[in-house]
Amino acid sequence: MPAARETLEARARILRAVRGWFEGQGFLEVDTPARVRSPGQEVHLDAIPAGYASGVGGLRPPAPSAGGIGDPSRVPEKDARWLITSPEYHMKRLAAAGLPRIVQICKCWRGGESGPHHRGEFTMVEWYRAGAPLAALADDCEALLRAAAVAAGRDPAALGFAAPFARTTVRELWTRHAGIELGGDEDAAALRAKAVAAGVALGTAAAWDDIFYQVFLDRIEPRLAAGGPTFVFDWPAPLAALARPKPGDPRVAERFELYAGGLELANAFGELTDPVEQRRRFEDESRIRAARGGQVYPIDEALLAALPDMPPTSGIALGFDRLVMLVLGAADIAQVVAFGDQE
Amino acid sequence: MYDTSDIRKGLKIMIDGSPYSIVEFQFVKPGKGAAFTRTKMKNLLTGAVLERNLRSGDKLEPADVETKKMQYLYADADSFIFMDTTTYDQVNIPKATVGDSAAFMPENTNVEVLFFNARAVDVSLPNFIEQPVVEADPGHRGDTATGATKPVKISTGASINVPLFISVGDIIKIDTRSGQYIERVGRA
Repeated sequence: MPAARETLEARARILRAVRGWFEGQGFLEVDTPARVRSPGQEVHLDAIPAGYASGVGGLRPPAPSAGGIGDPSRVPEKDARWLITSPEYHMKRLAAAGLPRIVQICKCWRGGESGPHHRGEFTMVEWYRAGAPLAALADDCEALLRAAAVAAGRDPAALGFAAPFARTTVRELWTRHAGIELGGDEDAAALRAKAVAAGVALGTAAAWDDIFYQVFLDRIEPRLAAGGPTFVFDWPAPLAALARPKPGDPRVAERFELYAGGLELANAFGELTDPVEQRRRFEDESRIRAARGGQVYPIDEALLAALPDMPPTSGIALGFDRLVMLVLGAADIAQVVAFGDQE
Repeated sequence: MYDTSDIRKGLKIMIDGSPYSIVEFQFVKPGKGAAFTRTKMKNLLTGAVLERNLRSGDKLEPADVETKKMQYLYADADSFIFMDTTTYDQVNIPKATVGDSAAFMPENTNVEVLFFNARAVDVSLPNFIEQPVVEADPGHRGDTATGATKPVKISTGASINVPLFISVGDIIKIDTRSGQYIERVGRA
C-alpha cells in the first residue's frame, strides 16, 4: 500500500467534497460505459484493449489459438472493445440528449503512461455545462479546489487558492517566456523556424504539435510550474481536438488548461457541435495515427449523429489523483493511490 | 541507436557532438501532446549539466565512452604514463589532458581514465590523497589573518595551506577537488 492511511482518508474526504459540490450546483451524476468501441481519436492517447462486446466474447472468450481475448485486431472492429481514455464521447451524447449539467467521476486508462504525474489507470472528474461560457468552468475549478483543500483540512489561502487564479493565454506565455510570436495559423515549417530562432533544440520534430510541445516543455512549463494556479486560455487551432474555434479569432480554439503546483490539472473545451468539422478532425487524426504506426479506432458515429442536437456546451476533465496530490503536497501520484500497477 | 525507451541512469549518449551520461529522467506528457522524457545529463568532458526534453521516438546516438582503472607511473617531457591495472598495458596521456589535477597526482595514484572514441579525454583522481610533506618552513609565523596557516609542499610540488603544527614528514590528507588540507593522518 503506497499511500499512507491518512492520505487515503484525506482522499476520501476530498472525493466526498467534490461530489457534494456538484450536487449543490444541481449536477446530475452519470455513469457511462468503461468499455467502448471508440475510445478516442487523440493522436497521442493509446487505449488499452478490453476484449469484445457482450455476446461476442464477453461471456465466453475465444480460445487463445483463435487470437485470444485482449486482441481486438482479430475480431470485427464493431465488436472489439477498449477501455475509455476519457468518458467524453458518451457524456457528450447525454448532453446532446438534453441533460444540461452532468458530472462523472470514473476510472480512465491510457496505455504507455507511467511517471510521477502519470498512471495507466487514474480517476477523472468530467463535467459539462450547457449554455455556459468556458469561463464558467474556470470558476467551477476555483471553487472545487477550495472545497478540496477545506475537505482535506488545508488552508486554501496557504495553497494559493484564495484569490482568483491567474488567467492568461498561450500566445502571452510564448511571447513572455519564449520570445516567440505565436500565430496559430503558421505551418509547421514556419513554427519550426521561429523555435529555432529562439534557440530551442528541436531534434527531429517536424509536426506542428511536436514543435509546439518541445517549446512548451523547454520554455513555458517550468515557468508555469513556478507560479500560482493559472488558467491558460486560447490554444492554437491545430491543438483544438474537440473544441470549437474562438469567435472572432479562429486561429485559436476555445480551450483552457489549468496548471497548479507544477501539475496539469484540467483541460476544458467550448465543445465543437459541428458534425462535419468534427468528422474532418476525426479523419485527420485517424490518418496521423495510421501514419505513425498507431492503432486506429473506429470513428464514433453515434457521437457525430448526436452533435447537431447538442446545445452550446462547455466541458472539462480534471485529474482527481492530481487534485489530491496538489492539495496534500504529494510529489508522486503513487503516494495518493492505494495500490500501484505492480501491486 | 537508442530511443527514449532505452533511457536509464548512466546511459551514455551523444548530444551536439559531446558525450553525456544520463543523471535523472522522468516521463512527461504535456497537454494532449506527445510523450517526452525529461532528462538531466552530465557532459562527460566538461562536467556541465544539461537538461533536455527528449521526445518519444527521437533517436539517440550512443556515445563511445569507456572508463578504465589506471595507475599513474611517471612523467616524461610532455605526457604522463599510466598503466591499465587490469591488462597492465601502458598508455601515454598528454599533460594538457590531465591539466591542473596533476598537482594532486603523485606517482602510483590510482585514477579513472575516461576514453572517448578510444582517446583518453579525462583523468579523475580519487577525492582524497594522503601525502607526506616534503618541504616546510619551520620558522614560518603563519598568516594569522586567515586562521594561522602556512604553505607546505608535497612531492608533486603542489603548495598546500596547513595549520602551523604541520612539519616535514607529516602525512596529510588533501581534498584533490579543492586542494585543501583536511587533516594530519600520521608520520612518514
